[in-house]
Amino acid sequence: MSIVIGDTPRTAPPPPEPAVPGRNYINETSGFWSWALTVDHKRIGILYLVSITAFFLVGGIAAGLVRANLLTPNGAILTEDQYNKAFTAHGVVMLFLFLIPSIPAVFGNFLVPLMIGAKDLAFPKLNLASWYVFMIGAAFMVWGLLAGGIDTGWTLYPPYSSRYSHSSVAPGVFGVFITGFSSIMTGLNIMVTIHKMRAPGMTWGRLPLFIWAMYATSFIQLLGTPVVAITLVLLLVERLAGVGIFDPSIGGDPVLYQHLFWFYSHPAVYIMIVPGMGVISEVLTCFSRKNIFGYKAVAWSSVGIAVVGFLVWAHHMFVAGISYYSALLFSFLTMLVAVPSAIKVFNWVATLYRGSITFQAPMMFTLAFLVLFTVGGVTGLFLATMGTDIHLHDTYFVVAHFHFVMVGGMVLAYLAGIHFWWPKMTGRMYSDFWSKTSATVIFVGFFFTFVPQFVLGYHGMPRRYPNYPEEFQVYNVLSTAGASILGVGYLMPAVYLTLSLFYGPKASANPWSATGLEWQVPSPPTVFNFEYLPITVCGPYEYAIGVDQMGRGLPEPPGMSDDNPASRLGLSGPAGAQAKETEVVG
Amino acid sequence: MSASTHHDTVLKHHFDNLEQQRSAERLGMWFFLVTEVLFFSGMFVAYTVYRNWYPGEFAFASQHLILWIAGLNTGLLITSSLTMTLAIRSAQLGDTAGLIRRLLITFALGAGFMGFKAFEYSTDYHEKFVPGEMFRTEYDSAVKELAPVSAAAVKDYKFTGGQEHWSQDLAKINHGKTPGSEGTVSPERVQLFLCFYYIMTAIHGVHIVVGLGCILWLVCEAYRGAVPAAGYSKVEVVSLYWHLVDMIWLFLMPLLYLIGSRGGH
Repeated sequence: MSIVIGDTPRTAPPPPEPAVPGRNYINETSGFWSWALTVDHKRIGILYLVSITAFFLVGGIAAGLVRANLLTPNGAILTEDQYNKAFTAHGVVMLFLFLIPSIPAVFGNFLVPLMIGAKDLAFPKLNLASWYVFMIGAAFMVWGLLAGGIDTGWTLYPPYSSRYSHSSVAPGVFGVFITGFSSIMTGLNIMVTIHKMRAPGMTWGRLPLFIWAMYATSFIQLLGTPVVAITLVLLLVERLAGVGIFDPSIGGDPVLYQHLFWFYSHPAVYIMIVPGMGVISEVLTCFSRKNIFGYKAVAWSSVGIAVVGFLVWAHHMFVAGISYYSALLFSFLTMLVAVPSAIKVFNWVATLYRGSITFQAPMMFTLAFLVLFTVGGVTGLFLATMGTDIHLHDTYFVVAHFHFVMVGGMVLAYLAGIHFWWPKMTGRMYSDFWSKTSATVIFVGFFFTFVPQFVLGYHGMPRRYPNYPEEFQVYNVLSTAGASILGVGYLMPAVYLTLSLFYGPKASANPWSATGLEWQVPSPPTVFNFEYLPITVCGPYEYAIGVDQMGRGLPEPPGMSDDNPASRLGLSGPAGAQAKETEVVG
Repeated sequence: MSASTHHDTVLKHHFDNLEQQRSAERLGMWFFLVTEVLFFSGMFVAYTVYRNWYPGEFAFASQHLILWIAGLNTGLLITSSLTMTLAIRSAQLGDTAGLIRRLLITFALGAGFMGFKAFEYSTDYHEKFVPGEMFRTEYDSAVKELAPVSAAAVKDYKFTGGQEHWSQDLAKINHGKTPGSEGTVSPERVQLFLCFYYIMTAIHGVHIVVGLGCILWLVCEAYRGAVPAAGYSKVEVVSLYWHLVDMIWLFLMPLLYLIGSRGGH
């Protein structure tokens, strides 16, 4: 059934055959090629999910090696060279192959069209291409890591990476360069989709906050990624052709590389965290049964982070020899970026206030996020302040801060999202007990891993060193013990989520009684998402009204049947008059 | 309900109507162009920094590039932008023969650009005007040749100009002066300019080649009748890309070829 307003068809013709009950995007077609050549945004989301889970495992193993080696002051299991390669592998894989694609490519792909009432992303083939480009880039990186490894650290600073390193820098850098294009493709696709494919009534003020977060993220992906791409090209040319752009011996400037690199790589941490914030807004409102506190503030703070995030890169270079005054300016601007993040946290807490909170697994991950992200954000201010940063720069304090934001923040938001949308994606429910246990174990393990690192860093243990004075050992042992707990916590979802695919009870369309448009379609959704034209009549978190009374997604919402769709869309004047000729074609 | 059969072949399944599809395609290309601008911006920033630091070396190197090829190529590209725009007009009118003709002219102009560029690269290579070991050897031999000549006699040396004499010119400027002192031109920093020259023009060239591929694809599409008037937007998005590539050249050409006063010191 599709609604026609005036002369303009507002939906494509319905699929040739009416949807068969029990048919969905997973079982509609089968076989290897139906997945390898799919242009369905939901299947591509699943492809990304499977790939990045594998890379998370690889990066996790590298992290395990690093932590195990730091058990003793002189390195427990690795040579110093192997240690360099292990922490580089951890950084490169986790950042470029897990964190950056995680929420944008998995949930962005799967959810953006569902949430705004579209049949697919604007460019489905480009979307499939992005996954292949990602996998090709990943293959180059894995090749680099296997064929000799990379020992430069994930930041790849020249002249070490360009001239002096004897490890496989070139394939690794080329891999990072290629995966960047995948990120650009995804960002571009999502941005155009949000602009052009929203269903009637889905105004900017009614977009779910996850969509606002994805919009801000795509903005950063589009503006930042090309800059690091060209920087890596210059680095590759320098390494392979033996000419120097960043080589001081012929007049080049290694600090220029740092400027160009961080111009992307600082905003890139917002590529990693902002979509996580979007997930938190969705889960938090659902499990406190309340409208978000300060919709506009939360929405615009995403955009604020994206914009201000581009102006703070040089705080990574306070000790690299930049001018005193520019350091001062960047210190101030860095403080500024804390404002939109704090706005979000305050609004989330205000949303919880007097909400009917239930502690389902997604909510537990979300609450853990709130605690850990806040600690991560506040410790960021220590590093933004130039004076304290001189003391804390390149110590474990930075490592702990970064992991509080990226693991405590982003990974927990990702897990919250996985647990929240798992029934929608797979049509199955997972074990209630084990998921809650996993959230608790991860929270505890995380705290034990990274709190000692703050202490270590404050006492001056530098990052990236394979050995340390003996008095630091107790903190390192604590941290490694915490990492083991964390590792167990991560393995648990892998097990019970996989089991749920086979043994989990079937999920209903809306197991959490959530208000989002994606919950109005069956679990799992059908190939074309919507069998009818979804019409949005109210904001995204109207938990006060009650899901059954919202009537979204129905051609004739109950209680509004004498209304015509145009007036529900807020159309008036000539457009409204024209829409009086509305006919329902079915 | 006047969606014609024409529209049905052009309209993709996930769009509501042609207008939505067209505007999505256009917007997508504009966003892509934004990423392209930022891609080149990294090089322009680096270029600006170094030119600001080393103006003498940049001017010297720029004078020894082959100006007439750059001028001719600029003419070719600007003309190709015109023919590309005319091709959109043909597509909108449903004039397939005209569309193919104009696309082929655009292709020929772009291919001409690449042809001259290839000729220029090969000349540069023959004159050893490339950063690295070759440059060093060539310069050293020019210095050796000039060694017996007195500083006063060097003043009477004719500044030869032209690309083939770059090493003599460079040796002459530096003759009898301590490296790094006032008025010298550091060969290392000349190489730095050359790095930019090669990397920027090569990446621009890659973009031209991609554009040529897209134009050829459009020709094939038009030939098999897949570019009806309603589906002209694919011509439009390719032309947007082509114009951007032209525009980047309009920045590269003066920054690389025109920054030193030609004709000597």
